[in-house]
Amino acid sequence: MAQPERPLSPFMQYRWQYTNTLSILHRITGILLSLCFFVLVYWLAAAASGPERYAAALATIGSPLVRLLLIGGLFSFCYHLLNGIRHLFWDAGYGFELPIARKTGWAAAIGAVVLTAVLWIVLGASLGGVA
Amino acid sequence: MSLRSPLGRVLGLGSAKGGSGHWYSQRVTAVALVILGCWFIASLALLGAGAPHAAVVGWLHSPFSAVMALLLVAITAYHAQLGLQVVFEDYISDKGTRLVVLVALKFALVVAALIGILAVLRIAFGAQA
Repeated sequence: MAQPERPLSPFMQYRWQYTNTLSILHRITGILLSLCFFVLVYWLAAAASGPERYAAALATIGSPLVRLLLIGGLFSFCYHLLNGIRHLFWDAGYGFELPIARKTGWAAAIGAVVLTAVLWIVLGASLGGVA
Repeated sequence: MSLRSPLGRVLGLGSAKGGSGHWYSQRVTAVALVILGCWFIASLALLGAGAPHAAVVGWLHSPFSAVMALLLVAITAYHAQLGLQVVFEDYISDKGTRLVVLVALKFALVVAALIGILAVLRIAFGAQA
């Protein structure tokens, strides 16, 4: 019997395209948001510990590394929110058709960038300009 | 008739019977977080420049804000646990390491959530700034 010419490991051969980029981005932003959750808890605990501790915590939160995390966190929030809504519609059985999935994918990606920029301006002043 | 192989049954392979519950919880918490997340971003904006301590205390003194903050902390921790669990299950193939990491993840998120909840309650029931 002749061996059919079939791919043996399709997961090694998938073409990189924006659909799987958007998919892995949902995961990456989820991980970033989980890290930001610990910053949120730290911020709340500091606020509960009085004005001095709170001021010290704001200085820590304003440090370059945490600030970078929170900027990434803001984008992650926007993207995970928009793409998450997309996922919820899929789960309900809507929006699977390729043209629609393409459109909503672009909408989530571009919408996230725009929303991040808007929130950056709105939140820029709060938390010592962290956002 | 079972479609599972005898070997697979003996080795305990296959469904752990908890998949649909995990899946459903992730969606329900996601819907809740759409509301809670937007509320939190709006609240942050309303705290004003530098988010002064008095503003944060005043904010969480409102029963509505306190309840929303408690929900945000608890449901975010739950949703993060469900999501990170899937990530770790996908990428950690060694069963022992995976178990240790998944238990550590649960511990970390439960501890963080309780610290956050206690902080919100302390502010909500504490003195007005």
